[in-house]
Amino acid sequence: MNDVTAAAAAAPPAYRPKLSFAWVGVVPFVAFAFLFLILPTLQIVTGAFRNPAGEFTLANVANLFQPSILSAYWISIRISVASAFLGCVVGFLLAWAIVLGGLPSWVRSPLLTFSGVASNFAGVPLAFAFLSTFGRLGLVTLILRDWFGINIYAYGFNILSFGGLTLTYLFFQIPLMVLIVTPALDGMRREWREAASILGATGFQYWRMVALPILWPTLLGTFALLFANAFGAVATAYALTGSSLSIVPILLFAQIRGDVLQDPHLGYALAFGMIVVTGIANFVYIWLRTRSERWIK
Amino acid sequence: MKQNRFWSFLFLAIGVLYFLLPLIGTFEFSLKMRRGVYSLDAYEAVIFDPRFQATFGYSVMMALATIVVGVLLVVPTAYWVRLKLPSWRPVLEFVTLLPLVIPPIVIVFGYIRLYNTSSWLPLTGTAMGTNILLMFGYVVLSLPYMYRAIDTGLRAIDVGTLTEAAQSLGAGWITIMWRVILPNVFVAVLSGAFLTFAIVIGEFVLAALLNRPAFGPYLQLIGANRAYEPAALAVIAFAITWGCMALIQVVSRFAPRPPAQPH
Repeated sequence: MNDVTAAAAAAPPAYRPKLSFAWVGVVPFVAFAFLFLILPTLQIVTGAFRNPAGEFTLANVANLFQPSILSAYWISIRISVASAFLGCVVGFLLAWAIVLGGLPSWVRSPLLTFSGVASNFAGVPLAFAFLSTFGRLGLVTLILRDWFGINIYAYGFNILSFGGLTLTYLFFQIPLMVLIVTPALDGMRREWREAASILGATGFQYWRMVALPILWPTLLGTFALLFANAFGAVATAYALTGSSLSIVPILLFAQIRGDVLQDPHLGYALAFGMIVVTGIANFVYIWLRTRSERWIK
Repeated sequence: MKQNRFWSFLFLAIGVLYFLLPLIGTFEFSLKMRRGVYSLDAYEAVIFDPRFQATFGYSVMMALATIVVGVLLVVPTAYWVRLKLPSWRPVLEFVTLLPLVIPPIVIVFGYIRLYNTSSWLPLTGTAMGTNILLMFGYVVLSLPYMYRAIDTGLRAIDVGTLTEAAQSLGAGWITIMWRVILPNVFVAVLSGAFLTFAIVIGEFVLAALLNRPAFGPYLQLIGANRAYEPAALAVIAFAITWGCMALIQVVSRFAPRPPAQPH
């Protein structure tokens, strides 16, 4: 507890003539954040750089570079990139359709409300929904087979695979993109478009030289956010594939439950790797968002 | 503009198809338990399953406890920082963003190592201790949403003037919190609370790794062993999420509007 009070005590600015005790008011929150957010994370991070005897080592992190773990990271990253990219593209097109595409105005509000629901509808139930739709006896599978004579499973589709997991993740990725990018599209001024067309720009030139450069930080930043969102998701993948698809969160889940790597400190390193990946992605998101806020208010 | 509208309708149609098909598919599948006819057998089997009742009740209690603790923690802190320590706001914003950056599975991994039976605070040693740890974990997961909702609510009211007015009428800090600030941000608190409820009710990772009998692990167990019940459960879970979001929409109509600003 000492470091908590010490950190809080150091905070009041030194130039204040009177000794202020205002910091006392945030002590409960700071203590809570330290005990249940910062310390547990630090525990994992420091554990990743220690051997069982408690000495500093880089061996755990070096041990991550073995084929089975690298392939888990690789497939995780691929799923996250694919679902984030498709989520960005489809979400952007949907947002464009409701903001600028001339759709009737009553479409907008239900679509945004639905996005709020769907972006929070993740986890185990989402896996069930996709199993009973695209699984071997799912509605879409059966309709395609009985009505159109297309057996998607004969073409190598499998809901318990890279493609299936990506398709499932899109269910919360697209709505998140819609929620974030709609305000950004709302912020595009009509005057910009008019100024461009007065100067003789075509629609394509307007998008390429005016709209996209302004939206670029938002798009890229949201991509990073969606990437982190997919990378950290455990429940959907676990309920969908059990442990048949070896992605990092599932590997870590199995490691915490039963030490499948037979090296507790390698588990720390695995978790540390996850923090590094999502940390970089979120840093990119925050940095780009502050850049985009210069234009879009 | 005509061409424009064609593409918009096309994108919208694709989107609607993608989002509706799984919902229809799930619903249709959940009705197919009895061979040949549609029936509500799967729902019946689920709702009268004692484990459903027990785990669902557990998760509802957990969600309510999380909301109470989260509100007690965040409202006074956000208020105090706005009133007295504005320089702390970036710190608070950063800390409340962290649960989105650090994957929940890593946080709970830290809990298991930090609060195990041989540690200085052996919370996982008893069922009650583990419940409390799980609840604190849920408070952490809900921090980003709770803080943002409440901070937006506080922005809409003049915290300084309200506080001074209450103080000049002789109110103490607890009276100010309970009878001035909380009623004014109540709508914001409610929307944070419904979102928290939607997150906690089906949460899987924390509950599974801390070994608590919550609704999320029960869902996973049923999913691994049954055919039609999972679809019924998914429909129920979707209805709950939808209900929470609808309630947020409803209560936000009653929110006080921020004072007129340029944008």
